[in-house]
Amino acid sequence: MSLALDKPRSPRRPAARRSNGELYSWLFMRLSGLLLVVLVLGHLFIMNILDGGVHKINFGFVAGRWASPFWQFWDLSMLWLAQIHGGNGLRTVINDYARKDATRFWLKILLYISMVLIISLGTFVIFTFDPNITN
Amino acid sequence: MTATVEGARGTQPPVPDGAVTVTVKIRRFNPEVDDEPRWDTFDIPALPSDRVLNLLHYIKWYVDGTLTFRRSCAHGICGSDAMRINGVNRLACKVLLKDLLSAGGKPTTITIEPIKGLPVNKDLLVDMEPFFEAFRAVKPYLITYGNEPTRERIQSAADRERFDDTTKCILCACCTTSCPVYWTEGSYFGPAAIVNAHRFIFDSRDEGAEERLDILNDIDGVWRCRTTFNCTDACPRGIQVTKAIQEVKRALLFKRV
Repeated sequence: MSLALDKPRSPRRPAARRSNGELYSWLFMRLSGLLLVVLVLGHLFIMNILDGGVHKINFGFVAGRWASPFWQFWDLSMLWLAQIHGGNGLRTVINDYARKDATRFWLKILLYISMVLIISLGTFVIFTFDPNITN
Repeated sequence: MTATVEGARGTQPPVPDGAVTVTVKIRRFNPEVDDEPRWDTFDIPALPSDRVLNLLHYIKWYVDGTLTFRRSCAHGICGSDAMRINGVNRLACKVLLKDLLSAGGKPTTITIEPIKGLPVNKDLLVDMEPFFEAFRAVKPYLITYGNEPTRERIQSAADRERFDDTTKCILCACCTTSCPVYWTEGSYFGPAAIVNAHRFIFDSRDEGAEERLDILNDIDGVWRCRTTFNCTDACPRGIQVTKAIQEVKRALLFKRV
């Protein structure tokens, strides 16, 4: 084919990687976004509006909620979804705006480390929370 | 002004009846002189029925012959004179002055810049090579396998209708250079390349849809689109560009063309 030598010095891009990663990340953003609307608005409603609003929140209130697996699951999914949704959003922002490959790489490393730290710390607290703790 | 200026065609023609004076502010760059682009303003007479291209011609022919821009057919078909006019990407040959005049006879200033996101060679002339590289990368030609038919490749009117909108593209780059993702990340294929991929992906006679969808499924493909609709607003041919991109996304999502 003569096409390959048509413009020998013109920029070329690497061949497609045949991976569906970007498709799944795009789809995840839509689905997690829908779920987060329910989870976060529900959370805000319970915490800030129901039963006297924010003034009712204290150690006992949190302990009471986390005694139920339902609220544990609610908070856990909110934590994971919000972290991954936000992290993926920031990943696209970094991909769009980082000018150098090195900057892009290190910003993403920083992002992934902070995501892992926050997700593991939050998950750890939800599952090991002890309501009978004293001081 | 009676003397002719450098590079100009001759003395200024008489001002026609009904002409108004408008200020044309042009973002200029001469790589041999300037380190940075600069603004140049020209006060010129023009008729409300003039196109922006006529104003540029007036400046180039009678005021400053060094002004550089592309234009070929001057009738909105060749797609050479895409530029940023008052902040939006348009073909200079399709924008009428009467649509840009200030209300109530107040003085009018028209801002003209080169399209954004491509390297500027001089004044309004940009290097289109990155744009055409993305266009070539989506294989914008008929791909078929097997023996060639002895007759013409027949297609129903309904099958033709599916990609009718995207056949209108004239590759002027208005859409791609209006895309904020393309401004910041030039490796994104951009709306125009996706439109031209769409034209073949949804063509019932073509058999290369899978190859093209693979190319557009990658990191620089359709998933970079943020659905800002800048491209649809910019298209001088009225192509529903964002819709075409969404159709490609849907084809990828449901594995069905």
